[in-house]
Formats: sequence, C-alpha cells, structure tokens
Amino acid sequence: MGVLTLGVFPSLVGSMSLDFSFKLAEAAIAKGHKVNMWLSGNAVMMSKKGQKAFKDYSHNEKKMKELIAKGMEITVCEACAEARGYHKEDTPEGMKRASMDWYLAKTVKTDRLLHIGGE
Amino acid sequence: MGAVKLLFLVQRPPYKSENPRLALTHAIASQTAEIYMDDGDSVVPTVVFVGDGVLNAVKNQQAMKIYGVTSTESHIKNSLLIDMPIWVCKEDMNRLGLKEDQMITDAEELGAELKTKFVSYAEIQKEMETVQHLLFF
Repeated sequence: MGVLTLGVFPSLVGSMSLDFSFKLAEAAIAKGHKVNMWLSGNAVMMSKKGQKAFKDYSHNEKKMKELIAKGMEITVCEACAEARGYHKEDTPEGMKRASMDWYLAKTVKTDRLLHIGGE
Repeated sequence: MGAVKLLFLVQRPPYKSENPRLALTHAIASQTAEIYMDDGDSVVPTVVFVGDGVLNAVKNQQAMKIYGVTSTESHIKNSLLIDMPIWVCKEDMNRLGLKEDQMITDAEELGAELKTKFVSYAEIQKEMETVQHLLFF
C-alpha cells in the first residue's frame, strides 16, 4: 500500500474543500494507504478543539479524530495557527504542530502528494 | 531517496490572498526540512509565477509602508539569496503589459548571486514534467 500526503490550505467554512480533504483521507485509509495531512493557511482552523457542530456549517472535528485514531498523521502549521490565535493548548489531541519544513520533508517519502489550495 | 524536485506554481496575485506568501514561505522552508529527513535526502524547490501570479514579482512593493507586513518582494529576494530559482512566465508578463525593468530581477543588495529567470510557458511545462511533485498556489 502507498503513502499519500495531503497539503490542505482551505478554511473550515467557506468552501467544501476541507471536507473533501477529510473524505479523501478517509477513503485512502479505508483502502489501506498511509495518509499524512498538513494543515496550513486558513485550514489551521482545524487546530482549535471544541468546535460545535451546527447543521449550517461544515464540521470535521469528529471525522478528524476518527482518522487520527486510524493512524493518519496530521500536523498543523504552527506559525499560521499562532498568527490566528490558535495556541498549543487549543490543539485537539493527536494533532501535532510544526513548521513548514515538516510538509516539505514529507514530500520525499510519499508516493503521491496532493496539494489542496486555499481560497 | 536523494533529492526530490518540487515545483511551486503561483497563480494568484499578491495581497489578494495568502497563497503567494504561503508558496514562498513553504519553499524557503526547504532549507530546514532536513531535520525531518534521512541522511542524503533533500528537497529542491523552484518557484514559478504564472498567470496573474506574475504580479508578485513586480518590484518596489510597499507592503510594509501600507499594510505593516513584509512584502512578497522581500520573500522573493530572500529566495534568490538562498539560491532558490525564481521563474516568471514571459507570456503572462506580456499579457499584463509588464516589462523586465518593472520586475524583481535580482537581490544584489542582499548579496544574492542568483537572478530571476524570465521564461516561456514551454520551459515551465518542460520543468513541470521533470519534477516529482507540483504544488499549485
């Protein structure tokens, strides 16, 4: 089975691209692939725990936790998060924080890189 | 694995979205990525400005004066300083009426030896076919 790395940049609310990223990760893991996910730019909204699920808005925290439990490695851009006021203590369990070089390094040992750009 | 070539394609104009800045900061991060990699592995980025993205390479940007933030120009110049190739699509410059003397051509004041390359789309296409991963911003 392969390794898929997703670079994810869209915001939680505003497009369905972030939802798509989690659905794609879920499908890849279901097929037995290893998935790495890098959250940067406005996608760092996922690094704030305790998000409330409303029917009017995308809600990915539950799915993200399920995928982490299934082995997905997920790391958030620390600078992007801090710039938006999302601090270490806000970070959901299982999510790592790192600088952008983490993402660059993952491109070396991945079979496919899918870069899902922001708005 | 050795050296992995990455091509960062920037299509968005500056200051309208975060994308061009993120492209440059991620590409520059290649300098420190080795802390996460095995010995002998490396990433080799090239940043290419295409479409409205060529506007990122216009010189004399005043972002610090107007917005109080570092300019895309400073990121491009820092990229040249670390010998990271910066390419700009000539056809898109022509489309926007931009001449080379309006663009960031070098970062000599920082001591950079590398200069901006103004290239045809055909050259960019050729490069796209040689890299392992494409990253569209």
